[in-house]
Amino acid sequence: MNWFQRPASETQITHGGRLWLYAVGVLVLAFLIIPTLIVIPMSFSESQYLEFPPRVWAVRWYENYFGSVEWMTATWVSIKAAFWTVLVTTPIATMAAYGLYVSNIRAARLVFVLLITPMMVPVVLIAIGVFFAYTRLKLNNTMFGLVLAHSVLALPMALIVISAGLRSYDMNQERVARSLGASRIKAFLVVTLPQIRFSVITGALLAFIVSFDEVIVALFISGGDMSTITRSMFLALRDQIDPTIASISTVMILITTTVFLLAQVLGKSKKVGK
Amino acid sequence: MKPQSVSSVGVNAKALRKDEQRERLLLFGLSFPALLIVLLVIVVPVGWLFWLSLFNDAGALSTYNYSRMLESKSYLRIFKTTFNVSFLTTLICVLIGYPLAYFLSQISRRWAALGLIAVLLPFWTSLLVRTYAWLVVLQRKGLVNQWGIELGWWETPLRLVHNLNGTLIGMAHIMLPFLVLPLYGSMRSIDFDYIKAAANLGANPTKAFWYVFFPLSLPGLLAGMTVVFVLCLGFFVTPAVLGGGKVIMVSMKIETLIDLFFNFGTASALGVVLLVLTLGVLFIAHKLVSLDKVLGSGDGV
Repeated sequence: MNWFQRPASETQITHGGRLWLYAVGVLVLAFLIIPTLIVIPMSFSESQYLEFPPRVWAVRWYENYFGSVEWMTATWVSIKAAFWTVLVTTPIATMAAYGLYVSNIRAARLVFVLLITPMMVPVVLIAIGVFFAYTRLKLNNTMFGLVLAHSVLALPMALIVISAGLRSYDMNQERVARSLGASRIKAFLVVTLPQIRFSVITGALLAFIVSFDEVIVALFISGGDMSTITRSMFLALRDQIDPTIASISTVMILITTTVFLLAQVLGKSKKVGK
Repeated sequence: MKPQSVSSVGVNAKALRKDEQRERLLLFGLSFPALLIVLLVIVVPVGWLFWLSLFNDAGALSTYNYSRMLESKSYLRIFKTTFNVSFLTTLICVLIGYPLAYFLSQISRRWAALGLIAVLLPFWTSLLVRTYAWLVVLQRKGLVNQWGIELGWWETPLRLVHNLNGTLIGMAHIMLPFLVLPLYGSMRSIDFDYIKAAANLGANPTKAFWYVFFPLSLPGLLAGMTVVFVLCLGFFVTPAVLGGGKVIMVSMKIETLIDLFFNFGTASALGVVLLVLTLGVLFIAHKLVSLDKVLGSGDGV
């Protein structure tokens, strides 16, 4: 009996009868990853028209990117904003997740919903609201303003991930530590935090990505020297297809893939630890 | 030391309960920094915009900004486009996402983990980069047209981008993980004994799928569809880049109103209507499946 005639599941269906499903599944997976990855070889093309496969390989567009003061400034603004967002969001989200989970009062549920509203409100509405408020507060084109807005946008993801981590953690361990004389803060830092660290780290990495990728709010509230890389890319894209963007995209794919793999590796150790 | 829950017997029960109550409130206070920034950045500015939307250009209280939306054909068309695009994107996501989730739920967990990485990777990749990638792949001299013509499938370059086609392809690509992740989760949690029982009672695989498996996967599907639809309603970047000015969504109109005309009143009114529609969809979905499922699906990690 070859593989095609073998049953695929515990019903009567065989692998052969399911070939179409496997084919569709693999095709959709290809649809998900190939278009993005194809930009990488294209960015090494000599031509203005981004050929694939490139007829002449060149690093021309990378020279364009790394040689441009504006692109470099924008890149640093984005990286700095993302780091600051992580530093602001992670402790705030951890505190909120812990406080809401442990206090267990009725208002906690309401506050949780309120804290994840940034995920439900259309971003463009948040963007014009923030822009309007910042104009009054003179916070437009400042790093502080950008980080504040990004922190709020990153909060829901971090909060949800850390809360999920807390729910799968046995709170009795903290109670034991406290009954043995540890203060609440000490019990949290020494017993609870190390155990939920994977979800905290994942939350932090997500916060980084949210800030680093954010376009719409930055479009309104950042500009000039404070323009983020995504804002500059978006404005460039609307006008024409500048091949330099392909090289920037490749660098961005590199950064986000690194962050993603970091999250995967750290997430894996969770199972080993248990 | 203050224990979390206290039995109600004992002389100091009352004091202990009071103590516990105080501690709960103290812990609750840990959420205040988060609450403060959300109030500062979301609630107050958005409330302010709502307030602004209630005044006309002369500064008098009126429903002008809203009534104009109902009267003007162009605004109605924008809302229609937004709904159309959101609906079609959701449909495409269901048509290609359901088989993918089903496929992943039927293979061994080891292979499925690999497949899920392929679903999660684009989820983490910059939305702008993915939109740009589609622009490059679909443009007139892009990869798809180049290969299609070389293989003799069509002769003149197809218009795949800077129109509705491009917008839908790009948006479906970006939204697909939001559908597949909750759907896959709910499919994995289906007890396969039901399907075995159906097969045992004489249902062929097709029948067992449609009568048993499919209905059981509906909550996950609905949760995924809601997320996709709601996110589509507020979408901005992808239609702005891939639509080439031919697909105007509500959020794009809002941007233009501020950027070109500095018209906060009308823009706010549009934003408020968009928000109400979004919350309306979430509310209806919540009546059908638990909202936790809908909102919890954002954490695809």
